[in-house]
Amino acid sequence: MGVGHHLIQNTRLMLRPRALNKDLDMTELLELRGITKSFPGVRANDHIDLTLYEGEILAILGENGAGKTTLMNILYGLYSPDEGEILVRGSKASIHSPRDAIHLGIGMVHQHFMLVPVFTVAENVMLGVESTRLGGFLDRQVVSDRIRGISARFGLKVDPGAFVEDLSVGVQQRVEIIKVLYREADILIFDEPTAVLTPQEAEDFFRVVHSLVDQGKSVIFITHKLKEVQAIANRITVLRNGRVVGTTTPAQATEASLASMMVGREVILTVRKGPTKPADIVLDVADLRVLDDRHLTAVDGVTFQVRAGEILGIAGVQGNGQKELVEALAGLRPPVDGHVEILGNDTSQSTPRQIREVGSAHVPEDRQRDGLVLSFPIADNLVLNTYYERPFARGINLQRQAIDAAARQRVEQFDIRTPGIFLQASSLSGGNQQKVIVAREFSRKIKLLIASQPTRGLDVGSIEYIHGRIVEKRDEGCAVLLVSPELDEIMSLSDRIAVMFAGKILDILPAKDVTKEELGLLMAGIRPTAQDRLLQ
Amino acid sequence: MQQSAMLSALIKNRRRNFTVGLFLIVEALLIFLLLGDTSGKVSTFVLAITRAGTNIGAPDLVVPTWSSILALGTLVGVTALWQLIRGFQRTNAVVISMVAVGIAAFLIWATRDKSLNLTGMLVSSVIRATPIALAALSGLYSERSGVVNIGIEGMMLMGAFVSVVAASVAGNLYVGFAAGILAGVVLALLHAVLSIRYSVNQIVSGTSIIILSLGLTSYIFRAFIDPPHPELNSPGSPLAAVAIPFLWRIPVVGPILFNQSPIIYILFMLLIATQIFFYSTKWGLRIRSVGENPKAADTLGINVSRLRYISVLISGGIAGLGGAYMSIGSVGFFNEGMSAGKGFLGLAAMIFGNWNPGGAFLGSLVFGFFDSWQEKLSILQVGVPTELLGMAPYIATMIVLAGFIGRSRMPAADGTPYEKQ
Amino acid sequence: MGKPTAKSPRAQGPDPAPRSPWSRLFVRKGIPEMVYLPILSVFTAFVIGGFITAFSATTTLDAWSTFFQEPVRALAATWGTIREAYSAMFVGAFGNPIEVFRQVMSWIQTGESKALLASIRPLSESMVISTPYIIAGLAVAVGFRGGLFNIGAEGQLFVSGMAAAYVGYAVHGLPWFIHLPLAILAGALAGASWAAIPGYLKAATGAHEVINTIMMNYIAFRLTEFLLNGPMARPDGLPITPEVLATAYIPRLLPMPVRLHWGFFIALALAALVYWFLWKTTYGMEIRMVGANPRAARYAGISVTRITVLTMAISGALAGLAGTIHMLGVEHRMVRAFSPGYGFDAIALALLGNSHPLGVVLAALLFGFMRGGAARMQSLAGTPVELIRVIQGLVIVFIAAPEIIRGLYRLSSARLERLPQRRNADGV
Repeated sequence: MGVGHHLIQNTRLMLRPRALNKDLDMTELLELRGITKSFPGVRANDHIDLTLYEGEILAILGENGAGKTTLMNILYGLYSPDEGEILVRGSKASIHSPRDAIHLGIGMVHQHFMLVPVFTVAENVMLGVESTRLGGFLDRQVVSDRIRGISARFGLKVDPGAFVEDLSVGVQQRVEIIKVLYREADILIFDEPTAVLTPQEAEDFFRVVHSLVDQGKSVIFITHKLKEVQAIANRITVLRNGRVVGTTTPAQATEASLASMMVGREVILTVRKGPTKPADIVLDVADLRVLDDRHLTAVDGVTFQVRAGEILGIAGVQGNGQKELVEALAGLRPPVDGHVEILGNDTSQSTPRQIREVGSAHVPEDRQRDGLVLSFPIADNLVLNTYYERPFARGINLQRQAIDAAARQRVEQFDIRTPGIFLQASSLSGGNQQKVIVAREFSRKIKLLIASQPTRGLDVGSIEYIHGRIVEKRDEGCAVLLVSPELDEIMSLSDRIAVMFAGKILDILPAKDVTKEELGLLMAGIRPTAQDRLLQ
Repeated sequence: MQQSAMLSALIKNRRRNFTVGLFLIVEALLIFLLLGDTSGKVSTFVLAITRAGTNIGAPDLVVPTWSSILALGTLVGVTALWQLIRGFQRTNAVVISMVAVGIAAFLIWATRDKSLNLTGMLVSSVIRATPIALAALSGLYSERSGVVNIGIEGMMLMGAFVSVVAASVAGNLYVGFAAGILAGVVLALLHAVLSIRYSVNQIVSGTSIIILSLGLTSYIFRAFIDPPHPELNSPGSPLAAVAIPFLWRIPVVGPILFNQSPIIYILFMLLIATQIFFYSTKWGLRIRSVGENPKAADTLGINVSRLRYISVLISGGIAGLGGAYMSIGSVGFFNEGMSAGKGFLGLAAMIFGNWNPGGAFLGSLVFGFFDSWQEKLSILQVGVPTELLGMAPYIATMIVLAGFIGRSRMPAADGTPYEKQ
Repeated sequence: MGKPTAKSPRAQGPDPAPRSPWSRLFVRKGIPEMVYLPILSVFTAFVIGGFITAFSATTTLDAWSTFFQEPVRALAATWGTIREAYSAMFVGAFGNPIEVFRQVMSWIQTGESKALLASIRPLSESMVISTPYIIAGLAVAVGFRGGLFNIGAEGQLFVSGMAAAYVGYAVHGLPWFIHLPLAILAGALAGASWAAIPGYLKAATGAHEVINTIMMNYIAFRLTEFLLNGPMARPDGLPITPEVLATAYIPRLLPMPVRLHWGFFIALALAALVYWFLWKTTYGMEIRMVGANPRAARYAGISVTRITVLTMAISGALAGLAGTIHMLGVEHRMVRAFSPGYGFDAIALALLGNSHPLGVVLAALLFGFMRGGAARMQSLAGTPVELIRVIQGLVIVFIAAPEIIRGLYRLSSARLERLPQRRNADGV
């Protein structure tokens, strides 16, 4: 039997949930009753009831925008609910600020870390509950000792004197957990904890969670990843559109049932698309090496080609170099080594505009920050990167009629719901904002489309629409490079799938043959040998 | 953080090291240029000084002009080569010390065949540095909590004005100082309310403070004091220097550090206190956290707004003190617009000093030094026009800001309003 | 499913039920907030200024000391002082309308123009004073649109004035239609280069342009001092440049004592030019994009470095033109005390005008006329000129924090969209 087989077995073991502690008497630790919270125009939480039992791991599952983070922010005192009450250990609790929450033993590890990079670990941990001598002077020794104690107890190795900005993401998360434990929290809330972790770091994280629970803590964690939930949770509560849809356990639920609870109907996991007839090579990447912001290698010698008329999906956990790869291809981050060719033109060191003029289009990951100027009218956003070309400009003169006419046409063609093209782009919903970007990019004659997380944070209707347009482009003969951490999206759209891990492409496989398990392993960095493939 | 900025930081790092090396080479060449016309001459630095009728003796420092300049130039040249070939770990310290060497070389050249009272120059440097240092400290408190305070200039001016009037009315200088500090606090309150409560752009808010200050002080001055009631502009003689027993007699150092106005002693104490406050106390830690990552502080239960208010008010008080020093602590009356840009220089010194009390003081000293050298050297008839020399501190600040000297460590959240949901 | 969700929290409509007479006046009539807010801010500032004037006058203070016996006298005295001061300002700014009318009649009858000219001199002076304000305000406004704070307008003014003066007095033998444009060009280029330096430093090193432009100001002052004390001084040694040759004068429209010169109309033309440039050209679009969202601008292929330098250069050129045109039209020489703070006031103007050329022109006219009237207000009513500065400061405060005015007049809570210079870390 190959080593690979062994690895597969062990991995499967790791991901299996631990059995519930039999001594548990199922005491209600935390109860939320009827929590309701609205923001202008949207009801984030709608009469939510939730219970957490002592010593359990409760997963709150839901799509982006389902209201999970809002709920937890209410629990942690960052928001106050419009209606409803919170009971901690049976008695009503009023939580108006994080101080109150901390006081009640509730601690939260946010999705985006709340750390001060220029402070040390100890300083970050003690902030707000500093140990002092003589009235106000910091007692760093006491704090360091305590941190070391917690490290040992829960297996969270960290150096109290290190500066946070020098630490890796996984270690930073440990600091966040220590922060929470330092304040003697019994209830720990994790918001999308594995979103930025590599597979090994995620493994470590799950180990820590088990350790926490073994030592009497209770854990709530928010996620939209079905696999995780099945692997680690004791119970799963599903939220959709601000309401609780149901509560179940991994034993009772399947991925499909959870998915349909999250989304509300039968989820079509594959997009309807015909077979592909790939033609010439449009994008040719050879031995590409790109550095990240910290001057470490993010893309480590990557080679692949994308042909006209096919969709190549790049799968992988966020943080494995996809962002830097896309930026290099779009001209925003010059590679330090290697070669990029688009339609025969060497674009390795080209500017974004030059790359665009060669016939490539890019849908950026962060639409509000990179793709739109929110304070500009929709019409201007629709020509944001073509305003200088004919017919939108003659020399340096903008041709407003041409711009407005094109804008109206695009709004109609791409079904952008807006009362007028002169409104600011900020007035549009997320889905419509993304449609603006799509309209803009797709309205040119493009040979290459690079789409980065094109449906992030969108509602299901917009997701279907955008997926449809992407396939349409492919059928027109465009080459599409799709980068997404959402495995389902990759699997349903791609003709071929490449898996990126630690800056390298581990394998490129035809989509119709590959299974989710295979991809999952690759994403975890495990490359099965030929023998293992046979065994499967 | 912009990825583009971080990526080009790599290139900038290499570029910066090269630039520093180049800068040092140019400096060395300039020093060598000074060699002409100096052979056989001798530079005399008088270190003795007469204070309060007593002569604090010290031997004159006499150096042969040509060889000294040659030696210093060589030192800089060697350092430059080392920097280009190997590169120093701590470019900050290297550049600052080489600049000091350059200044020394220039002084030696300027006093060829003449003599210059160096101690006197240093004494006057400290005096001129004080308002700038107070302004820098003021800026420090505000910016460390994340609020940019451009309006220090206005707070100083108001402090200068109110302290004079209060002291004239009460016949007591200490009342004047208290009033000046209070005036600074009141203006700071306006700045705080505008930028924290109303999330007004902090530069705009600071600018409005300056304009209001200029307008109100001049208006009230002209309407009520000059000409109607000149007695309101007569607070009596300014605060006299106080000599610390024994210490003031130490040759050279004594007169510089231990025979100055009480406000200068307060400045020294404030500097030390501020350093301890920010780095060793819990309140300092919290203020810094608010300036670096207010969201993080908020999630840990720290009241971001309250800390910012307090910091800005402290900032105003110190600025008011600085202004009061300029009027009743130095000249003994008020002049329209007498803050004369010291507030801005203070901000420059703060940036120069990398947002640290020690560095800010060093920066202020440099500015004070340039200020007093401008005066002394014009008397010496150096041959370089004083106005051009007067540009030196400003150019120096721009060089520092450009990051030629090490990395600027601005508080990460400086200047951005914080809005809670 | 596809309906757009409600607008972002910031864009709320006005209250359905206006809560005050002011509300009824403005909101019901559908006047946009962008218009009535500045008007109310200025009005409120004047009111406060009026009270400051009133209570600085001994007559008023006297009257108030006997308030309880004679309340009416106190109020009358207050109103009297305010009226005196502001009417003096008005006449100083505009001239006496009755007098002007009389003079027009007289001129029609007799053809004698001297008295007529004298009567419209206040109005023309105000226009002369407004001219540099308009252009300097445009300079800062362009900077704001590009997301940059150009506090260095003052220094750019000086440097340009010196450059233009030099071309004006040192270059001989050119006809006016070459000499004058040349001098103006020299001024513009000087200002542009002076501002481009901090612009470049910002683009290349990220150094904040606020401090750098302030530093450049001081360097400019020193440089001017140096030049006026030495190389560019008059032969008799006074720190004033030689007078510019007549071929480099900006011509006047009317005979003395009216000093109105064509520069005023050049200023208006520049405003139109700036409008066209910012909203109708590709470069203008790029500048505004970089000011609104530099990341997206980069993504769209714009070189942020180049645009930053360009924006500062244009801003500097305009600031320089403010100085140049004033110098070539009025003073015809450079002196040390060249500017009464045009550069600084320009910041207030740009804010008041919301960084839009039309708003800037209106704001500049307001400030210019105020300043024009202030001298008379001081000599006639005894109110120090600095009152204007106080009013300016108040106006900035009110414009920057509209909530104050809204609260004061109990208006609706629709929010103004703010300009690029407001960088909120949380984004929109």
